[in-house]
Amino acid sequence: MNAGRRARRLQEFLLTLPSFFWLSLFFLVPTVLVFILAFRPADPFGGIGQGWTTATIRSLADPQYLAIAWRTLWVSAVSTGLCLLLAVPTGYAVARASERRRNTILMLVIVPFWTSFLIRVFAWKSILHPEGFIKKALEFLGVVDPSTQLLYNLTAVILVTVYTSLPFAILPIYAAAEKFDYRLIEAARDLGARPFQAFRKVFLPGIRQGLITAVLVVFIPDLGSYIIPDIVGGPGNELLGNKIAQRVFVDRNLPLAGGLSIVLILAVLAPLLSVLVLQGKKGGTQPPPGNAAS
Amino acid sequence: MSEFLEYQNISKRFGLIQAVNDVSLEIKRGEFFALLGPSGCGKTTMLRVAAGFETPDAGRVFLDGRDITDLPPNKRRVNTIFQSYALFPHLSVRENIAFGLRIAKKPKAEIDRDVEAMLHLVRLEDQAEKKPELLSGGQRQRVAVARALINKPDVLLLDEPLAALDLKLRQRMLIELDLIHDRVGITFLYVTHDQGEAMSLSDRIAVMNEGRIEQIGPPAEIYEAPRTSFVAAFIGDTNFLEGVVAEHPEPEYSRLRIDGLPDVMVYNDKQIGDGNKVFLSVRPEKLQISRDEPEPKLKRNAVPAVVEDVIYLGPNTKYWVRAGNHHLQILRQHARFFLDEKPIRWKDDVWVFWHGDDGFMLEGFRKADEKLVAAPPQKLGDE
Repeated sequence: MNAGRRARRLQEFLLTLPSFFWLSLFFLVPTVLVFILAFRPADPFGGIGQGWTTATIRSLADPQYLAIAWRTLWVSAVSTGLCLLLAVPTGYAVARASERRRNTILMLVIVPFWTSFLIRVFAWKSILHPEGFIKKALEFLGVVDPSTQLLYNLTAVILVTVYTSLPFAILPIYAAAEKFDYRLIEAARDLGARPFQAFRKVFLPGIRQGLITAVLVVFIPDLGSYIIPDIVGGPGNELLGNKIAQRVFVDRNLPLAGGLSIVLILAVLAPLLSVLVLQGKKGGTQPPPGNAAS
Repeated sequence: MSEFLEYQNISKRFGLIQAVNDVSLEIKRGEFFALLGPSGCGKTTMLRVAAGFETPDAGRVFLDGRDITDLPPNKRRVNTIFQSYALFPHLSVRENIAFGLRIAKKPKAEIDRDVEAMLHLVRLEDQAEKKPELLSGGQRQRVAVARALINKPDVLLLDEPLAALDLKLRQRMLIELDLIHDRVGITFLYVTHDQGEAMSLSDRIAVMNEGRIEQIGPPAEIYEAPRTSFVAAFIGDTNFLEGVVAEHPEPEYSRLRIDGLPDVMVYNDKQIGDGNKVFLSVRPEKLQISRDEPEPKLKRNAVPAVVEDVIYLGPNTKYWVRAGNHHLQILRQHARFFLDEKPIRWKDDVWVFWHGDDGFMLEGFRKADEKLVAAPPQKLGDE
């Protein structure tokens, strides 16, 4: 329109250029390569053959893969749900705690990160081990009989996934809960809301942004989870990530790995895009006045 | 009409601070009642006790004869207008106003009808679909009013509702609140530190200080007949004079002996006996100033003084004078302006006089309250 606005547009364009190149080089190009790979024939020696084929993609309709994709989805969904159930009260409690206690709790949330992810997952293996103290304790209490296996099932996968993802859910929810204006809860109670109604109708919408972030940063990595099911999941409980790794490292069938990766990418994109669309509908149509000019 | 909202011997302590100290208060049905006091005087705690956000350490609260002390906020037929308004940012104006009725699970048709009526009452029909962040301060305030009133509370609690507004808007909302009170006719409990708001709106005022009520009464009584030095000094401005009751020439009047001044007559309805030390409060506008000695009249007090400062304010002029060892402030209204009048100037010898009924004997006096009154100007090279 006018010169000033055009200059600002140019400035914005130049400023986004580096991140644009970065994302293109390390995200877009590899993704396109994976797509191309999926349409190449595999050669018997683990390489990639010449020409094009859709056989790989068609082979994904195999019920075996569908079952794995479905399992991956619901394991991730359940893990994410459990994470939120634990993270919302935690985030609320941390946000309302005194400053000293708040820092202590946040430290406790973050400290596990100082240990390698792999070691933490292996630690669970010994915790849930048939000779481990949890099993022994449950046996002693008569909750489980000695033949019950705590390891190598989907419950173990979900348990460890929730454990490793929980900090990523707590931190954004805490950040939102910390900024929340708790006088709104009083206002809701004043207007007749019971404590839980105030929580549901005022607090949860108030920390909506934190909830969305928590869902994204927990659900998406969970979809691609590969180490956890590999270590505590056992043979019958592999997820998409395990299948992809298996195709790459064991079968040396890169096109099939590429095809499975596409399924995973689509599974990741679906929630992401739906959130973006939802947000665009809610907030994007009405930019707050004045901000654009400053 | 009997008491409607009743506080009985309420005490509340926060850590080391005694916010409210054994306060009893009765508010009548339909009354516009103000709790007035400086910040930290306990007035907001009183409001929060009525709303149910604070449980008193001691004492009971009754609403329409029913003990509500232990009821949670959502079970009380009172609603609050918060200082920050506390509008729900994720809801539109309409949804904010409908909140209470939705929680109460009222039928949709009834909610729609009541919300429309409220939108009309606060004149926000054309803003109904907007989010609160897009509203001006005055509009937000009106949403808060509508959101509270739609529940038809027995008492509306207002916590410094105008503090967040600028002066012009505050004056307009003041009138608006008054109109709304007249129209809906419910009991208003209004908490403020602003004496102007309290005086112009209320039927009665309770002046609070340090967790206690200093005086309860209609605005004019609070202003004209303050009982304590705090009330006299916090509301408006005043002059304090310390004296000793000398004699009773008339049953209701005493002669007061004040150090460094001629004796003055003062209305003594409290029957304070001879020889007692008392404090007198005389409002600056009750004092008259003149260059000539006024003719002696029954119950007229006249003391000679020297002008220390003259502050011309347009509609009136403020004079600071020294009478004996007392500094007095006088506010003089200009009735008619004469160009040839010889104005009273700095260092002029003058007479200050007032009627015996205009000086008020205080029942309670604290030295600290002297700091609340305007201080005499400090001149360079004085002392």
